Amino acid sequence: MDLLLGLALLDGLAYAAQVFMVAVGLTLIFGVMRVLNVAHGSFFAIGGYLAASIGVFIAAQKLPPALAFGGLVLSAALVGGILGSLVEALLLARIYAKEQVLQLLVTFALFMILEDVQKLIWGVQPIFEDTPVKLLGTVDVPFGDDTITYTAYQLFLLPAVAAATLVGLVLFLRRTLTGRLIVAVTLDREAATAMGIDAQKIYLLTFAFGAFLAALGGALASPTTALVPGVGTNMIVLSFAVVATAGLGKIEGAMLAALLLGIGRSIAVYFAPEFEVVVPYLIMVAVLLVRPQGLFGVVETRRV
Amino acid sequence: MRQPVHLLPPGLALVTGLVTAAVVLPWLRFVLTIAMAKALAVLGILLLLRAGQVSFGHALYITVSAYTVAFVAQNAWLADIVLLLPTGIAMSAALGLLVGLFVARYRDIFFGMLNLAFSMVFYSLLEKAYHITHGTDGIRVPLPRIAGITLDRVPYEWAIFGIALSLACGAAFVCHRYLRSPAGQALAGIKTRETRLEFAGLSARRVLLLAYVLSAALAGAGGAIIACATRHVTPLLGYWTASGELVFIAILGGAGSVLGPLFGAVAFELVRVYAAAAFANTWQMILGAVLLGIILFAARGLWGIYEDLFARRARA
Repeated sequence: MDLLLGLALLDGLAYAAQVFMVAVGLTLIFGVMRVLNVAHGSFFAIGGYLAASIGVFIAAQKLPPALAFGGLVLSAALVGGILGSLVEALLLARIYAKEQVLQLLVTFALFMILEDVQKLIWGVQPIFEDTPVKLLGTVDVPFGDDTITYTAYQLFLLPAVAAATLVGLVLFLRRTLTGRLIVAVTLDREAATAMGIDAQKIYLLTFAFGAFLAALGGALASPTTALVPGVGTNMIVLSFAVVATAGLGKIEGAMLAALLLGIGRSIAVYFAPEFEVVVPYLIMVAVLLVRPQGLFGVVETRRV
Repeated sequence: MRQPVHLLPPGLALVTGLVTAAVVLPWLRFVLTIAMAKALAVLGILLLLRAGQVSFGHALYITVSAYTVAFVAQNAWLADIVLLLPTGIAMSAALGLLVGLFVARYRDIFFGMLNLAFSMVFYSLLEKAYHITHGTDGIRVPLPRIAGITLDRVPYEWAIFGIALSLACGAAFVCHRYLRSPAGQALAGIKTRETRLEFAGLSARRVLLLAYVLSAALAGAGGAIIACATRHVTPLLGYWTASGELVFIAILGGAGSVLGPLFGAVAFELVRVYAAAAFANTWQMILGAVLLGIILFAARGLWGIYEDLFARRARA
């Protein structure tokens, strides 16, 4: 019983870290651009696939295995920098004037297209490449009277990256000029533009960065799970739940909500497996029932 | 001001076209039946779109109704379409009322996400409760009678096609009237400025709730027909991408008219069947590209294109 609870907590922590990486990008993009990006799950999946491919390439070329960590970051940078920028510049930049429903659907269409692109490039067979996990080895975690042997990758690296992302992002938004410009556009786009801020540029930057975070989440997840078609779909739905639970646009809240939903989910995995998928939504519905704007959301005065 | 385009000529043309297509190309009969079933659900989406709300979970009501039909039909005594259809619709409407009481308090993204959440919860319950629902294998629906008469396969398919087509046309007419009624007109008020609606003495929540229950019932009608036509129900009917598909069809057809969903659903199913046959691995990509094209270049959908053509001819 205790042992299972310990495992559930550890799994939940590792899983929450992955979900956070996707959810934080989603909430950042929403905060700045007011677009809920359905294609965010595709960035997660493509980041994971690309990282696995780079990992396989490194192994095949007999390069030092430690390069695999570089491969994770490289794949995320490629997805964010190239795919993310292209999507924003060619597609989203054309639709900011349209209705919100249509903006949502544009990203949905993009999601449909990217799903098939993944299948075309990487096929439908599961792909698994776990060099980074093996490299870091395992740790014995004391838990009550028992010890749990757990991979160091999931125990230290994933939460560390997530925590670093959170702290880095908050500092970036508050302390740097670019970060403050982003916040300015978030708060009032018109006023910011009138002050001479190039909102288009901020949008491009934010979207590419959000895509980078999602792809990094996927890349980090790839050594721990087999990649199959649909992996992005499950992730996007869950990170929607995280973002809504936290309150739209709330970065620190997303971390707490990710922990809440991630740990809730893995407790369900161990103790009531049939409810695995349901638990995150039940938590979300429960939260929204009490706080309709999410845990940290503020009630927005409707602008005329 | 734009002259209102009459609905009757294009509506009659659509019905004639569909019946002719089903007679000439028998394999299209099934495709068109499913298209009409989806059109019913999309009509429900259209009602919500009028209020500026988009539900990413309406496949829930299709699934509830389809599974209700599947379960009830297991009992040979009750397996009659005359009974199955209303039961499915009633179940969906009842659930719609229950969920609606909750979601009608929310707007925009939260409205969409909560609908998504409810549909995903139901989807995973169907998938996991193997001993009741047979999980992803789904349930076979025994051939139901139609008003006490047991039909062979081909006449049965014709009958379902006829029922689907007349239900879709009937529902389009009812929606048309509803949208012109005060309760329907108030939906637009939710989209533009809700406070104004409240000042006029109308409860925005009640206005939206009524539309929501109607939309659930419409999706239920679609679900019951899908169950009777495919005679096999699986949880996949309620996956969130199926809900996305409904919104897709609404935009494709055009949210400006109740005939939009009918045209949209026919176009969607035809593109899907052809794309799936010709490009087995990339049909989703093709659908996505079509959706992008519609949004970027013809945001009022197929109906908007028709309206433009018609208006131009009238002026000339």
